[in-house]
Amino acid sequence: MNTTTAAVLVPLLPALAAAVILLTGRRAPGYVQPLAVVPTLASAALAVFVAVRQSGREPLLASTELTPTGNPTLPVELAVRLDGFAVLVAVLVAVVAGCVQLYSTGYLRGDPRYASYAALVSLFTSAMLLVVYTDDLVVLLVGWEVMGICSYFLVGHYWETATARSASLKAFLVTKLGDVPFVIGILALASDAGSFRISDIVARLSSSLSGFELSHPTLVALLLLAGVAGKSAQLPLHTWLPDAMAGPTPVSALIHAATMVAAGVYFVARLLPVFAASAAALVVLAALAALTMVGSALAALAQDDIKRVLAYSTIGQLGFMAGALAVADREAAVFHLLTHGAFKALLFLAAGVLIQTAGTGSLAAMSRMRELRRRAPDAFWATTVGLLALAAVPPFAGFFSKEAVIGAAEHAALDNEHGVSSSLAAPAAAGWIVLVAGLATALLTAAYATRLWLLAFHDPVDARVESLPPGERASSAMTGVLWVLMVPSLLLGLAYGKLSDWLDGGSLAPTLTTSVLATGAAVLGGTAVYATWRRAYESAQAEDPAPALLGPLARHAEAGFHLDAVYAAVVVRPVDAAAGLVRHLDRAVIDTYVRGAAGAPGLLGTLARRAGTGNVQTYLSALVAGALVLGVAAVLVAVGD
Amino acid sequence: MTERELLSTSGQEIVFVLVGLMVLGAAVLCVTTRQLVHAALWLVVALGGLAVEYLLLTAEFVAWVQVLIYLGSVVVLLLFGLMLTRAPIGPSPDADSGNRPVALAVALASAACLVTLVVDAFRTTWIDLDEPHGRSDALGDSLFRTWVLPFEALSVLLLAALVGAIALSRARRARAGTPADGGGR
Amino acid sequence: MHLVYPAVLSSLLFCVGVYGVLARRNAILVLMSVELMLAAVSLNLVAFDVWLGDEVHSGQVLTLFLIALAAAEIGVGLAIVLLVHRERGSSAVDRLRALADRDGNEPDRAGPEPGPEGAASRETTTT
Repeated sequence: MNTTTAAVLVPLLPALAAAVILLTGRRAPGYVQPLAVVPTLASAALAVFVAVRQSGREPLLASTELTPTGNPTLPVELAVRLDGFAVLVAVLVAVVAGCVQLYSTGYLRGDPRYASYAALVSLFTSAMLLVVYTDDLVVLLVGWEVMGICSYFLVGHYWETATARSASLKAFLVTKLGDVPFVIGILALASDAGSFRISDIVARLSSSLSGFELSHPTLVALLLLAGVAGKSAQLPLHTWLPDAMAGPTPVSALIHAATMVAAGVYFVARLLPVFAASAAALVVLAALAALTMVGSALAALAQDDIKRVLAYSTIGQLGFMAGALAVADREAAVFHLLTHGAFKALLFLAAGVLIQTAGTGSLAAMSRMRELRRRAPDAFWATTVGLLALAAVPPFAGFFSKEAVIGAAEHAALDNEHGVSSSLAAPAAAGWIVLVAGLATALLTAAYATRLWLLAFHDPVDARVESLPPGERASSAMTGVLWVLMVPSLLLGLAYGKLSDWLDGGSLAPTLTTSVLATGAAVLGGTAVYATWRRAYESAQAEDPAPALLGPLARHAEAGFHLDAVYAAVVVRPVDAAAGLVRHLDRAVIDTYVRGAAGAPGLLGTLARRAGTGNVQTYLSALVAGALVLGVAAVLVAVGD
Repeated sequence: MTERELLSTSGQEIVFVLVGLMVLGAAVLCVTTRQLVHAALWLVVALGGLAVEYLLLTAEFVAWVQVLIYLGSVVVLLLFGLMLTRAPIGPSPDADSGNRPVALAVALASAACLVTLVVDAFRTTWIDLDEPHGRSDALGDSLFRTWVLPFEALSVLLLAALVGAIALSRARRARAGTPADGGGR
Repeated sequence: MHLVYPAVLSSLLFCVGVYGVLARRNAILVLMSVELMLAAVSLNLVAFDVWLGDEVHSGQVLTLFLIALAAAEIGVGLAIVLLVHRERGSSAVDRLRALADRDGNEPDRAGPEPGPEGAASRETTTT
């Protein structure tokens, strides 16, 4: 099979599956499971096939014109660009989506809306793969928006609950809030650069010979950044992601760990020269990333719900990727994206098993339950591996990718000649910001990972009192997926040498200084949490170490630093007030006109009814008088002529 | 048609105007009197005077038909109607409705208009009465030649009116059957 | 003879009839006024027929038809007046207001009132 054909089939298969499921799912529910799982797995296999065929070679470009735009030099094309970034991210997306589909067969067994769920997950996967493969900005936008709407439906899967409804609306609105400037940015970029093709834009910008420059690089970069911040849950548009945990856990794994949020980072990675053209944009990105990292890590430390912890950690890890991009190192960013996608999907799916077993997602409740570890051994091991990867403990995957990011930041901060990957140069300020924030976040990440693990599982002297509620065991599909995903979480990092060949060719190897610094920070964080927990555990019962560690900050951190309240004060309340004003105007002003418009004819009608007395003589008098007037008028007219 | 002035009067015209004034006066009394039976009698006078006017206009056949049918049957029917609705014999104060001023105004206005119009239109028109135009033989001739079809249609109409009147009366008797039946007091 | 005389007489007679129709309360008096109006029209027809010297005598023939129609009209009209008098106990035109536009929940004041006492009570006020 041709590589291009295979690449086209990768997003096409899940889309077709989604269409077929939507058409037939209601009538033939028995076919939904194979229709959901098989095309996704096939597309994963094809993605792997494409990746293997393309490994380390020159990027493969293929395109066909989709539609003219009125400007002959700016057509919209169905184009694929198969470079190392695209094929690797596609493999990640397809594999995680396949795992999620498999897992969902167990997790959502007996769910009445499984058919639509499976179709939406397939469609979602297809859209993400489209975003990954496409070389055309408009087609990318289509996939981008399809993901947005699918995430709306999937987060709102349990729409019977108010939280799911409001969470889905919030996810939709917040991401759309970023998408509006995103669209404007895409159009501005395309008209500025004279092409919708990403490869053309990048080639023009990075070629030193042509001397091409964007006329408003900062403006375009900031507009695009708004969309990226919405999708990738960066400050200040990150608030939808923790709430989006109201969706089913596999959806969280798919959307909020590996695919949708990765789209933003991936987009910046593809268009990095555009962002690198503006030092201001990079510094802004670095500042946003730093704030996001530290803030979300603190918030994650204080959360009680296991999925919310993971959600905040996702935001933080995305901040890491954004930081890598801010120092103009897209290899590190995509490397971290890959490893994070693997271990975060693993963590989410394991959390799903834990929640199903414990019957609750609350860490405080789990910390009182005995034998969670024994009842769900697969989830225990998966969580352990995932958390170790998350905390960047060598030799797990997270260690290498995080090292790559911090190393890139260190390069950008200290010697501004980090130029192996490209001619892109990042400002030293961005490097310093990312470096400091990254180290702080490494510490905090290790801290909340340790806390999660301790609260959920660690019970050295069997001090826990409550027994687990009776429940069904996780199905073999679910646990099997966990073991599958454990492999990349463990081993993907070791492939850094191979991966750098597939990407731009820059070194992804960990450097000694940063490794020691970051690992030290991680160990420090973990130890601090363990010590605090130990004291609490010995003194009374298993207690949450977070309040003691965070001190007065805990309350704010748990509320996500009150950003929702800020939004409520800045956006929601003025909008409410404006709506109230409009309502008042509608009632007081417009309704008056309406009532007047109804009342005046009513009044006239009442007057006219007065004439309808039923007295025939009155009628006749009026008739004769009228005939008289008409006759006189006719005569006068005739005479006048 | 000799050249005659507007008010150069002949004997026929004098009689016509005198009888016309009588007819008008009787008609006015008919619509204003407070005694209902008197109104019917004034109607007799007015219609009888009108028959004289027809004679003056040489329409003799129409005049006799007028006398026969109007005076002979219609007025009698009206008198019967008055009796059957138990109309009072003496003057009744509420013979006129509250619409009277309006009626007066409308009637006067229309009279003014019509008279003005008619006088203005026929100021110089004269009827030649030397040759009688309404003799019975000529009228009968045209009635049973030219107008025989409308005549027959009219007979059907009369039959229908007869049937209708009977039906209405029968319905009344069948439905009501109350003791409040019969003539006046 | 001057044509103005019969024409003016007929106009005035017609207007007197109009006044009677509009001002009289008793339905039979209204019918009489209608007769006056018809008679006025008849006079007009005859006068113009004589003036024109119509060979087929259309005006006078129509007058004959009109007289017959008047007889028929008076017969049917009287039958209706009698029926109304029987049903409502009154032949006053301005009291028969069943066609008045009034609210649906308002009782129909001029509606049929069965029973002799209704007719009797109405009789004291109308006749």
